[in-house]
Amino acid sequence: MARTILLRLLYALPIGLGVSLVCFMLVYIAPGDPLQTVLPPDANAEMIEIVKRAYGFDKPLPVQFVNWIWRAAHGDFGLSIATRRAVSLEVFGALANTLQLAVFAVPLSFLVGAGLGTAAACTPPGPVGRAMDRLVTGTAVMGVSVPNYWLGLVMVIVFAVELAWLPASGMGNNGSDNFSAFRADDLRYLVLPVFTLAMVPVGIIARTTRAAVLEVRGQDFVTTLRAKGLSEWQVVRHVLKNAAPGMLAVMGLQFGYLMGGSILVEPVFAWPGSGTLLGRAIVNRDVPVLQGAILVLALVFVTTNLVVDLLQAAIDPRVRRG
Amino acid sequence: MSQALHLPAMAAPRPAPTPGYWSMVGRRLRRDPVTVIFCLLMLAIVLSAVCAPLISPFDPYKESVILRLKPFGFRGHWLGTDELGRDILARILYGGQTTLLMGICPVIAACLVGGSLGVLAGYAGGWVGTLIMRTMDVFYAFPSVLLAVAISGAMGGGMLNGMLALALVFVPAMCRVAETATTQVRNLDYVEAARATGAGHLMIVRHHLLGNVMAPVLVYASSLVSVSILLGSGLSFLGLGVRPPIPEWGLMLSTLRQSLYVQPWVCAVPGFAIFITSICFNLVSDGLRSAMDVRLK
Repeated sequence: MARTILLRLLYALPIGLGVSLVCFMLVYIAPGDPLQTVLPPDANAEMIEIVKRAYGFDKPLPVQFVNWIWRAAHGDFGLSIATRRAVSLEVFGALANTLQLAVFAVPLSFLVGAGLGTAAACTPPGPVGRAMDRLVTGTAVMGVSVPNYWLGLVMVIVFAVELAWLPASGMGNNGSDNFSAFRADDLRYLVLPVFTLAMVPVGIIARTTRAAVLEVRGQDFVTTLRAKGLSEWQVVRHVLKNAAPGMLAVMGLQFGYLMGGSILVEPVFAWPGSGTLLGRAIVNRDVPVLQGAILVLALVFVTTNLVVDLLQAAIDPRVRRG
Repeated sequence: MSQALHLPAMAAPRPAPTPGYWSMVGRRLRRDPVTVIFCLLMLAIVLSAVCAPLISPFDPYKESVILRLKPFGFRGHWLGTDELGRDILARILYGGQTTLLMGICPVIAACLVGGSLGVLAGYAGGWVGTLIMRTMDVFYAFPSVLLAVAISGAMGGGMLNGMLALALVFVPAMCRVAETATTQVRNLDYVEAARATGAGHLMIVRHHLLGNVMAPVLVYASSLVSVSILLGSGLSFLGLGVRPPIPEWGLMLSTLRQSLYVQPWVCAVPGFAIFITSICFNLVSDGLRSAMDVRLK
C-alpha cells in the first residue's frame, strides 16, 4: 500500500507542476506586454518599475517561473488589478463559497444517481425494468446535453419569478455575504444553485452505476451467494461492494465537473464563489485573479483525482496489485 | 511495393462480394428510429441556420424602442423580442450559424491537430510518444470548462479566440483516442508485413494505420460537437467568445438575463435552442457509435 501511495504521488507531482506551468503561461498568452496585463491601466513610471522588479519580468522565463511557483506555494498570487486586494484572499474566500455548494450538491447527486442506477439494474426485466432503463438513459442524455447555466435560469424562472418560493440570487437576506448553513433563512439561498449543480451529473452516475452493477450481477460469485440462500438484499450489498471501485472513479470525475460547472452556474445565482470571481476577473481583464483562481481550481481537481486513485487502491486489492 | 501483398489474394478464387463496412453502418443507422428522428431534427436545425437569410421573418439587428421585451406571438414576433426590440426568432435563426460554427470548427481543428499528434505519438513511440502524451496529460488535468475559460479569458474575448480555446481543450482527448488506436494496430502482422516489403513510414501510416484510426477519432469527434456547442455558448454567456451585437445563443441568454422579471419565458428561449441542438448531436453521435461498432452484430 505504501508503495502504491508513493507511486501515485510521484505521478501526480509532474502533473501538478505542468498545471502550474500552464497557469504561469496565461499571462504570456494574453495579448500585449505581460507587464500591462498585471498593471492597472493608470500606472505611473515608478509603479511600472516597482512591479517589473517585483514580478521579475527582467529575468529569463524559467527563473520567473520558479520564482512564481515559490511565491504561489507561499500563498502569494500577486495583487488584483480591479480591487488591489491580495489575489489569495479573493481566491480562497471564493473557493470556500464554492465548496459550500459542493458539500451539498456532491452527496445529493451521488446518492440520487447511485440509487437510481442500482434500482434500474436490480429491477427484473419486464415493462417496469424497461421503463427504468429508459429513465436512466434519458436522464443521462439530458444531463450531458443541458447547458447548466440555462438550467439555472429556468429554475430561477420557475421557483423565484413565477412561484416566488425561493430567492433568485445572492447568499443571504439583504445581500449579506456571511453565509451559514445552520441558519434556515440562509439555506433557502442554497436550494436553487445546489439543485442546478446536482442535476447534471445524476444521469451519468446513474448510467455508470447501472452498467457496473449489471456487470457484477452476472458474475459467478453472485450465483453462489444465491445458492447459499442469501436474501436478495444481502446479495445487493455484496454486488454494490464489488461495483464500488468503478463507481468511485466516475464520481471523482464528476466531482471535478461539478467544480468546473460551478464556473457557469454561480454567476446565474450571483453566488460569490470561484465562478463568479472568474466571471468578474474576465470582465475586468484582471489576469492575476484569473491566474490564481484557475491554478487553485485545477490543483483541487488534480488532488481530487489523486484522492480517488488512492481510495480505489484502498478499497480494491486488484487496483493495488495492478 | 505493397502491391506484392495483394498478389496471393488475387490468385485465390474470389470470395462472394460482401457488403462493405460503411453500407453496414448505413443500414444499422436506418434501422435505429431514435437516431433517425434526431438526425432529421439535427438536419432541420442546421438547414434553418444556413437558410436564415431566406426564412428569417425580420432583420436580426433591427432595434426598436417601442417593441422591447414583447411576449410570444406579439405582432408577428413569434418568439417575442429582446431588450433592444430585436426579433428573437430571427436572432435564433442567425445565432444558429454562430453557435454551430463554434460547435463544429474547434472539433475539426482539434481532430486534425490532436489526431496527427496522436498518430505520431503512437507510431513513433519512444521518447517522442512519451513527451507528447505526458504533455497532453497536463492539459487533461484541467476540467474542460476551466481550461476553456482560462485560455480565452487570458487571450480576451472574440469568436476566433473562443474557437481557438475550445480547439485547445479538445486536442488532448483527441490525441489520446488516436494514440490508443494507433498503438493497437502498430504491431499487428499486416503492418509488419508491409514494413518487411519495404513500405516507408509515410506509406504505412497512410495506407495501413489511418483507416483504423479514422473510425474511433470520427466517433469521438462527433460526440465532442455537442460539448463544443455547450462550452462555446457558455463562453459567450460569461462574456468571452462572441461579442455583441452578433447573434449567438449563449450571448442572447446572457443579455436577456437582465429582463428575467419582465418576460421570464422569452428569456429562456435561446437556452432551449442550445439544449435541443446539443441533445440532437449527442443522440446522433451515440447512434453512430453503436452503428460503427464492429463487435455488435
